Amino acid sequence: MLLIECPFCGPRAETEFHCGGQAHIVRPSNDVDDTAWESYLFIRNNPKGIHAERWVHNHGCGRWFNALRDTVSDRFLAIYAMGEKPPAIDGLEDGNDKR
Amino acid sequence: MQRYSIVSIARNALTGHRNWQRAWRSPEPKPSYDAVIIGGGGHGLGTAYYLAKEHGLTNIAVLEKGWLGGGNTGRNTTIIRSNYLYDESAALYDHAVKLWEGLSQELNYNTMYSPRGVMMLAHNVHDVQVFKRHIYANRLNGVDNEWLTPEQAKAYCPPLDIRRDARYPVMGAALQRRGGTARHDAVAWGYARGADALGVDIIQNCEVTGIRRDGDKVIGVETMRGYIQAPKVGVVAAGNTTVVMDMAGVRMPLESYPLQALVSEPVKPVFPCVVMSNTVHAYISQSDKGELVIGAGTDQFTSYSQRGGFHIIEHTLEAILELFPVFSRMRMLRQWGGIVDVTPDRSPILAKTPVRGLYVNCGWGTGGFKATPGSAHTFAHTIARDEPHPINAPFTLERFRTGRLIDEAAAAAVAH
Ligand SMILES: Cc1cc2nc3c(=O)[nH]c(=O)nc-3n(C[C@H](O)[C@H](O)[C@H](O)COP(=O)(O)OP(=O)(O)OC[C@H]3O[C@@H](n4cnc5c(N)ncnc54)[C@H](O)[C@@H]3O)c2cc1C
Ligand SMILES: [Zn+2]
Repeated sequence: MLLIECPFCGPRAETEFHCGGQAHIVRPSNDVDDTAWESYLFIRNNPKGIHAERWVHNHGCGRWFNALRDTVSDRFLAIYAMGEKPPAIDGLEDGNDKR
Repeated sequence: MQRYSIVSIARNALTGHRNWQRAWRSPEPKPSYDAVIIGGGGHGLGTAYYLAKEHGLTNIAVLEKGWLGGGNTGRNTTIIRSNYLYDESAALYDHAVKLWEGLSQELNYNTMYSPRGVMMLAHNVHDVQVFKRHIYANRLNGVDNEWLTPEQAKAYCPPLDIRRDARYPVMGAALQRRGGTARHDAVAWGYARGADALGVDIIQNCEVTGIRRDGDKVIGVETMRGYIQAPKVGVVAAGNTTVVMDMAGVRMPLESYPLQALVSEPVKPVFPCVVMSNTVHAYISQSDKGELVIGAGTDQFTSYSQRGGFHIIEHTLEAILELFPVFSRMRMLRQWGGIVDVTPDRSPILAKTPVRGLYVNCGWGTGGFKATPGSAHTFAHTIARDEPHPINAPFTLERFRTGRLIDEAAAAAVAH
């Protein structure tokens, strides 16, 4: 079980949270072609390495936030607000966490 | 290939079993092949076997980054069944069950396929309706599946608690008698041995690190052991499929999640069949070694960690104990995780890709072991002929663009 740092409540057990999947997916306008629509609905980054994703503290404050997590170690590397761009991470080279 | 038989066992017993041949060679990779398969799990090795056996493609190689079957094949709880709702799925999974029935003979290798019956428990009115719908749909497709009352379910599986005041009351069950289990490693090893005997090079400790393209067609793969030329490349990499397909510039509708299983200490035979309870997330059978084999759920986030959270196991064992209080004092021996590649509709992809010569077999998620022979058999056809087999034709990559999904997720929300 992960220990997750809610930006509003502090560190809490993973079971208090729900993972909302890949972050920063933008809904396209209605007149895009099928390929763009497919990409919006179904295609996911799924990296072996750093992943930007959304979490909600649904059994706590109920608020959403973004996170960067390493999908190999499961370690959280950064937590940032909804609507913000992912922060640059130092110690990060060629997609791998070297810290 | 040295054939296995009662005579060969007797003869080798005389020399203390010291002179058995290796089951497959360990060749150096050649600079070029007619086709390479990336991934030495059951599906990849099976594909190579059928390519050689049925399509005469013997100058081929299977490239495995670790050891054979070390991915999900060797980590799964081996539940085999074909009672899926949609016609497309029933055809694919039942093709596999028919091949399972003769696989040990076909490979001259004991895959220990054991059709001991797979029973799915219904705990509420919704379950009852869904399972009956499955049973009728299955019958129309010629797939066996039958309804059991709680008493019949208890007779089929005596440890089951069917008291009305149980935490998860059993309102009935769907039983597929041809369903069951098989020995996971034996499937990988049997296909490997069969393929090797037909001339296929099986190369372990050979991670693919790049896929080379010339315009819209594939020309070879970069590996830890050098560049290998190949006009045809089949990707059969389960949880790592996104990573491998990214090397070819093809983005996939997949997410990779840890899925766990665990086994108990071995005990005498107490559990005659496979029981699945999708509603409470519990899957259980007993291996021939005597261990209770228990399947849990996936973690909620994508990961390549091959571990899985402890609370997932706790949740599963709570459910198991409500259904089978008799196991409350059993000790668990081992726990592990595999990384399963999940598609949006929970159906696999067995298909050509936008890159010519590049084929992909993935998306089996939490339940592809059962399909191993059928998947391998039809995928070999697709690679050899550069066209779909009638059975895998619906399982395209384009379906996520066209909207022709095969939505087993909505149909059942079943894990294994
Ligand atoms: C805990 C658990 C329980 C399960 N229970 C069931 C069940 O009861 N019934 C059922 O039907 N299914 C079950 N499954 C699912 C089933 O295990 C899989 O669908 C199936 O085994 C997939 O087989 P495969 O050959 O495609 O993949 P794998 O066996 O994972 O083989 C893929 C191989 O590709 C290799 N590879 C990856 N990347 C590279 C690379 N770059 N270069 C070279 N090689 C590479 C990997 O090392 C791996 O050996 C379960 C899975 C898990 C994890
Ligand atoms: Zn909070």
